[in-house]
Amino acid sequence: MRVNLNVNGEDVTADNVWPGESLLYVLRERLGLPGSKNACEQGECGSCTVYFDGVTACSCMIAAGQAEGREVRTVEGLAEGTGKGGDRTLGVVQEAFVEAGAVQCGFCTPGLLVQTDDLLERTVGAGLGAPGDAEIREALAGNLCRCTGYEKIIDAVHLAAGRRAEEAGSGS
Amino acid sequence: MTATTKTVTTDLSSTTKDGLGASPRRPDGTLKVTGEFAYSSDLWMEGMLWGATLRSPHPHARILGIDVTEALKLPGVEAVLTHEDVPGAKRYGLEYQDQPVLAFDKVRYKGEAVAVVAADHPETARRAMERVRVDYEVLPPVSDPLRAAHDPDYPLVHEEGSLPVHEEYRQSGNRVRHQPIRTGDFVAAAESEEERRRVLERLRAEADVVVETEYEVGMQDQAFLGPESGMAVPAEDGGVDLYVATQWLHVDQKQIAPALGLPQDKVRLTLAGVGGAFGAREDLSMQIHAAMLALRTGRPVKFVYNREESFYGHVHRHPARMRFEHGARADGTLVFATLEIVVDGGAYASATPAVVGVASSLGIGPYEVPHVMVDAYGVYTTNPPCGAMRGFGAVQACFGYESQMDKLAAELGMHPVALRVRNAMAQGSRIITGQEIDMPLPMAEMLERARDLPMPVEREALEDPADQRTLPGGVAGTTRGEGVVRGVGYGVGLKNLCFSEGFDDYSTARVRMEIVGGEPVVLVHTAAAEVGQGLVTVKGQIARTELGVEKVAIAPSDTQVGSAGSSSASRQSYMTGGAVKMACEAVRASVFALARERGSSRRRSPTPSCRCPGARSWRRARGLWCPWPICWVSPRAAARSWRRPASTTTGPPRCSTRPWGRGPRTPSSGCACTVPWWTWTWSWAW
Repeated sequence: MRVNLNVNGEDVTADNVWPGESLLYVLRERLGLPGSKNACEQGECGSCTVYFDGVTACSCMIAAGQAEGREVRTVEGLAEGTGKGGDRTLGVVQEAFVEAGAVQCGFCTPGLLVQTDDLLERTVGAGLGAPGDAEIREALAGNLCRCTGYEKIIDAVHLAAGRRAEEAGSGS
Repeated sequence: MTATTKTVTTDLSSTTKDGLGASPRRPDGTLKVTGEFAYSSDLWMEGMLWGATLRSPHPHARILGIDVTEALKLPGVEAVLTHEDVPGAKRYGLEYQDQPVLAFDKVRYKGEAVAVVAADHPETARRAMERVRVDYEVLPPVSDPLRAAHDPDYPLVHEEGSLPVHEEYRQSGNRVRHQPIRTGDFVAAAESEEERRRVLERLRAEADVVVETEYEVGMQDQAFLGPESGMAVPAEDGGVDLYVATQWLHVDQKQIAPALGLPQDKVRLTLAGVGGAFGAREDLSMQIHAAMLALRTGRPVKFVYNREESFYGHVHRHPARMRFEHGARADGTLVFATLEIVVDGGAYASATPAVVGVASSLGIGPYEVPHVMVDAYGVYTTNPPCGAMRGFGAVQACFGYESQMDKLAAELGMHPVALRVRNAMAQGSRIITGQEIDMPLPMAEMLERARDLPMPVEREALEDPADQRTLPGGVAGTTRGEGVVRGVGYGVGLKNLCFSEGFDDYSTARVRMEIVGGEPVVLVHTAAAEVGQGLVTVKGQIARTELGVEKVAIAPSDTQVGSAGSSSASRQSYMTGGAVKMACEAVRASVFALARERGSSRRRSPTPSCRCPGARSWRRARGLWCPWPICWVSPRAAARSWRRPASTTTGPPRCSTRPWGRGPRTPSSGCACTVPWWTWTWSWAW
């Protein structure tokens, strides 16, 4: 079957999709976007988290056909643009994760980035201030990491939240 | 001498940006946060096929026949292979070559690989596997590790005479390894059961308190996030290129090549992105299968296990049964300890011999005990194979001896920390194998500090005690607080750094320095696996500090450079980091020698008194890069003797190639010296 969807702002079409394929498979194997990771394929680990019509979801749990006509934003869509000399300008959350040492093997990172981006949208972005530890833990409870022990990840979220808040402050 | 040492230390550590002591960004960090980092499951090639593995549904069964006819008829299926198609050695293994590439005659655990398929889509491959017919005669499982260790009438997992016997490990029957250790009065009683009992009775009488307990710890899984995956690409020379996630490229190569019937140089491995390891990637998973299918079909073959298959696809932590007995005087001083530990290795040996080694040598923990008797056994059963997982052997025993310490303390009416402090090892102590702890070990002090820490805030004192996020299980809602109690415990563990039992270890690094666009650039090339631990960052830091060059490139890890050993046992920073350091030193010495040879040095000083390049940034002197600030290189001398290679970034090295032979290795207490095999120096000026 054919699936039409919007990924990271672009209208795309995937052909010859077998109906049993997931959105994750279509993104990774048919659309050349392997950033979203397949770690459990049962919605437990959060490594495949994407925005699905603006709401975070595990793309492994969405059938390809369900993505017809929808808007999807993946980790590849989080970077803020291309800088001088073609260098990628990292988004605030991406930069904070690298800086805080929250990235080790990195397999859980794409999902955590999308989930954190969403958390900051819902908090700092909505004028509610930076999230506290408990709120961060709750927001990231669906994302498993085996390397870091989560401490650096929480540091990274605090760092990103602070910077988002600064940006918001200077923008107003 | 003191002054010299001081200068070198100051200069080496503090002047180069992002050197040792700094916290530079991970070189792969940007790629990992943009989703561009290529993990082994992300690989894709035009015309590639998907591999899949048919696994045994039985833990123990005889294979009467395998029929692949129906599977081959399915459109899209390119190959279905069984043990009959294995081109070379039918078995492989990390320590014992006992595991079939694909099962023949028997399957010995549930999930053992029986056949592999290559097809145009993962779903086609899955459907093909449904059509493979395997006739099994189901056999009773051999699942009791204690009987496997001690009952001579228990059925053998591996038929007698089917495998070579490792006598050095006292292998016999279902025992993979038996390791006894005796100290104190047990040494003299080593041979006679009766004498041993007499010694034990006497020691029990000497003790005021004796605690004897049996413990059992279960199987665990590493559960790295990136399941087993990778790609094999057939090469024009009849060999194969593999892009895989592993912990030790060369040990994979050593096992893959014989199974394919190929010389090692025709099996080339490159490390793909690794999504965590924790020991589970020490053994092979899809490597040989993918290579076999690629060679058979002439097309690239990619395997990606799903989570469930991943649990079948790698080894787990050994479950263990332990019986500890400790005797202590009234003041807490330990008199004796005995331990019998049986670790269940499952169907194939994997790292079981090493696990037994660690469980025996570290099994009594970091305590001074005058009389010790340890017997550690690793056994074959038809349970899932077990092998490496962080701290193997040491952690199973730790659960036992630390539980014993708490029980002894309770019996003696002592604080559990006080009992541990009384018997704590310190610098100068010896572990039960006789190895001296020859470095500071402030265990007693650490325990006392831990005891003196303030207790965590009581739940009632929290701002919102009813907030579920502060409870165990968090938002998963496992409890609303009813029945939740808090306990505080203390524990100490003993673990080897680097491989255990004095393993004769080495690593390899190749370091090249060159001028690119008028700037010095260093390339560090090793075969060491980056599995998330940050070795790529450390290698760069070491090179920057040693050579005083900020721009350091880390080459992909592959088998084109010598072995770096495994990314295991907390050894890579020390071993491969050490190899990088030594290779950098060789590069530096070469540059110094070149400068002296060509009369570029103002004074004829031996190397130690020359300022090393790590001391300051490489300074341009009269149009040349000068290796150290107090010397300078004359343009005329350089024009005479240093030629610019045709290409600035590629091509074979033109200048001073310095092979380093395999130097003397010093087996010592778990760590050994580092030997860089090759260092390449490539510097020029114009």
